[in-house]
Amino acid sequence: MNRYPMWKNIFIAIVILIGFIYTIPNFFGESPAVQITPAKSTTKLDPALLGQVEDIFKKEAIQFDGIYLDARGVKARFKDTDTQIKAKDILQANLGSDYTVALNLLSRSPDWLRSLGAKPMYLGLDLRGGVHFLLQVDMKAALDKAAERFIGDFRTALRKERISYAGVSREGQAVQIRFTNTTELEKARLILSKEYPNLTLKESANGEYKLLIASLNAVEQKRIQDFALKQNIQTLHNRINELGVAEPIIQQQGIDRVVVQLPGVQDTAKAKEILGRTATLEIRLVDEEKSDYATLEKADKGQAPVGDEVFKDREGRPILVKKNVVLTGDYITDAGPGINSQTGQSVVNVTLDGRGARVFQQVTRENVGKRMAILLIEKGNTEVITAPVINEEIGGGRVQISGMANTQEATDISLLLRAGALAAPMDIVEERTVGPSMGVENINRGVHSTLWGFAAIAVMMIIYYVVFGTVSVIALATNLLLLVAILSMLQATLTLPGLAAIALALGMAIDANVLINERVREEMRNGNTPQASIHAGYDRAFDTILDSNITTMIAGLALFMFGTGPIKGFAVVHVLGILTSMFSAVVVSRALVNAIYGYRRKKLTKISIGQIYKA
Amino acid sequence: MELFRIKKDIPFMSYGRITTTISLLTFILAVFFLATRGLNFGVDFTGGTVMEVNYPQAANLESVRKAVDSIGLKEATVQNFGSSRDVLIRLPVKPELSVSQLSEQVKQALVAADANAEVRRVESVGAQVGDELYENGGLALFFVCIGIMLYLWLRFEWRFAVAAIIANMHDVVIILGFFAFFQWEFNLTVLAAVLAVLGYSVNESVVVFDRVRENFRKMRKATVTQVIDNAITRTMSRTIITHMMTQTMVGSMLLFGGEVLHNFALALTIGILFGIYSSVLVASPIAMWLGVNRANLIGNTEKKEGESKEKVIEPDPSEFA
Repeated sequence: MNRYPMWKNIFIAIVILIGFIYTIPNFFGESPAVQITPAKSTTKLDPALLGQVEDIFKKEAIQFDGIYLDARGVKARFKDTDTQIKAKDILQANLGSDYTVALNLLSRSPDWLRSLGAKPMYLGLDLRGGVHFLLQVDMKAALDKAAERFIGDFRTALRKERISYAGVSREGQAVQIRFTNTTELEKARLILSKEYPNLTLKESANGEYKLLIASLNAVEQKRIQDFALKQNIQTLHNRINELGVAEPIIQQQGIDRVVVQLPGVQDTAKAKEILGRTATLEIRLVDEEKSDYATLEKADKGQAPVGDEVFKDREGRPILVKKNVVLTGDYITDAGPGINSQTGQSVVNVTLDGRGARVFQQVTRENVGKRMAILLIEKGNTEVITAPVINEEIGGGRVQISGMANTQEATDISLLLRAGALAAPMDIVEERTVGPSMGVENINRGVHSTLWGFAAIAVMMIIYYVVFGTVSVIALATNLLLLVAILSMLQATLTLPGLAAIALALGMAIDANVLINERVREEMRNGNTPQASIHAGYDRAFDTILDSNITTMIAGLALFMFGTGPIKGFAVVHVLGILTSMFSAVVVSRALVNAIYGYRRKKLTKISIGQIYKA
Repeated sequence: MELFRIKKDIPFMSYGRITTTISLLTFILAVFFLATRGLNFGVDFTGGTVMEVNYPQAANLESVRKAVDSIGLKEATVQNFGSSRDVLIRLPVKPELSVSQLSEQVKQALVAADANAEVRRVESVGAQVGDELYENGGLALFFVCIGIMLYLWLRFEWRFAVAAIIANMHDVVIILGFFAFFQWEFNLTVLAAVLAVLGYSVNESVVVFDRVRENFRKMRKATVTQVIDNAITRTMSRTIITHMMTQTMVGSMLLFGGEVLHNFALALTIGILFGIYSSVLVASPIAMWLGVNRANLIGNTEKKEGESKEKVIEPDPSEFA
């Protein structure tokens, strides 16, 4: 009765074999590598890149251990870090700014393993070192900004329909249009409600003025918030690409937060600077009529004329610009440094999207001969980069910004423009940094805890239950093997609490075997035959094992649902550990016991499960 | 080798009054310390910053303190941990400084004071995030309790569910009481340990309850007390060996796990020790006092056999005489 059907034994063997295959990559270690990815997330990866990189290596005589192409880019492994760094510099110089070359670590596992999808476990930041940021998006600012954009749109719409109005301004997140009489207001109301169905229009009065108040309805607010978050994530992607980090994680969390994880990054100050950068570009017209010396002087002291603002240019001269924003950086699709063929000066070439190009064409047509100011707003400071004269109507959305001091500056500013603006400011609300030496130490701590604990349990089990104890220990080792294999397969993030969960899973999983062994002893004590005792022991213990594992599972699932970061890592391993322990403690150990005792020809009179005391 | 050679059932239930009194006392003590001293919440819950700094030689705490003071952070605590070369700096939330600015400033000040200072770990949590983690922690605890109760109710009986959850909450409160009394830091990892203990120590109750149910079927003539006593006695050897094994693993974490896992392992250790006690000596008496008996237990799980069976196994009071 203690025999498994053949298929069951084969099934167990296959499971263990798969477990082995997926566990092995964890033992090969990692070697220094570089990772080449397209700089812009919009650029498609060209498979020819692999050949290109190989050619560069051949030309520069760089020895590499392995090279391959995956979904994200080309990866190449090297013998030591010196070669790695040399390769990085050479690649960066040869490939130019279209590709990001980042330092990375790659598993040394052989190609056949990788082709099976067998990778080592994915280590969390606390084990590999790096920074974790949680960024909070300022949604109020996003809505304010959206309302601000409507001001300009309203003005254009009303002017086009020749509706006279006294003024447009923003009050909180609503836009207020002032009229002197109700007929104009009604006309405006009709137009606006048609053009902007997502706005709620309300009438009001304020002294002599009739007011039309436009506010965003809930649907529109939600849309703006979603958009702001998406845009910010996109912008962060671009900026982090410029940083050259291998395997960054940028994820939405909740409705208004973004998680950014940068493995291997040590210079947190630089990372923060780049993430938190809030540079935006604005194009406005210079108020030429009022730009006389006296007004400028007064404006510089804080008394700018109505509808104007004063900013300084790079030489520190005040420039009077209109408050009305012609275009913002949102309309920029690309920017790159260049040289003006006529003047030989450094310039930035900017490409605008369709809507931006239309607006720009219209404004330049209407303002030929006047000056246009390009403003860079960074960390609350506004600076006029350049204020060139509009020589002619500029169509097609290709704009050249002159006034760069040198090529470096042109590069810096285009980077800033290309990386895009944030739709809303973000604050870092959580930061976790782990140094690389700490990461290695944490791995050692986790691994030592597990191995020494395992060794101690093994010794005690074997002394106490002898052969059955040995079977239990083998089952426990299988549990460890399968758990590591599943974690490697799922590529779930393994954190230090996750390592603790592995240890704990083993410590708890042994419970099932103790239950079984005790049950078998008890059956023997009650005078049953060894075969019957084994059978009954496994059978009766199973219900209990199931019950106790389900309650543990409930705790694990709750942890998974409500936990964040390291706790989630703990929960994942905890739950998986319960599943693997059910299999190994019950099925695998039974198969072993069957193999040992189930096929005896002679009648089995004794089993080796330690001394059984009989009353 | 066999450690437990118990000839007769140990009359655990007759000690019920004493054991529950002891439990009640420890419980009240734990609540008292929780109320008077409170938990020493880590930055995960309160918000603030923790920095782990390593020096090549023994750190001069005074100069570290001075460096931190120099940027106007008088509330900071600076202390050694692990070895004399490792320093832990704790800073409360500063409303006027953002999370990211604060840690950079401290880093600069530390490196300015001693160029060899290596910041190995920074954990900075904003006040709002801390509040949310606190709330989620509470919710997780609540849902674990509800989930376990529902399961035990379905699988056994409501009396067992209530008894098990009381016994386990008692463990949780005692763990928290220890953390309050010694003012050990209570952070997210400790919370994970507490929840794991909750799931784990329910196992104990489940094992005993399973045996109780089995005994009700087999020991038809025994009283409820005898049935429970026998169930506990029979499972005792398993209970102790299992806990010994789990504790071995946790002990290994306590030894090798370092600073981050230390309190985690500590919470588990307390949980395991009190888990044995409470599941055996708290859960069972409560279940008994709630009126667990043959009828409501077996009737509940063997619905198919209907009421007639329930009547058959209804104990006859005269049999117990």
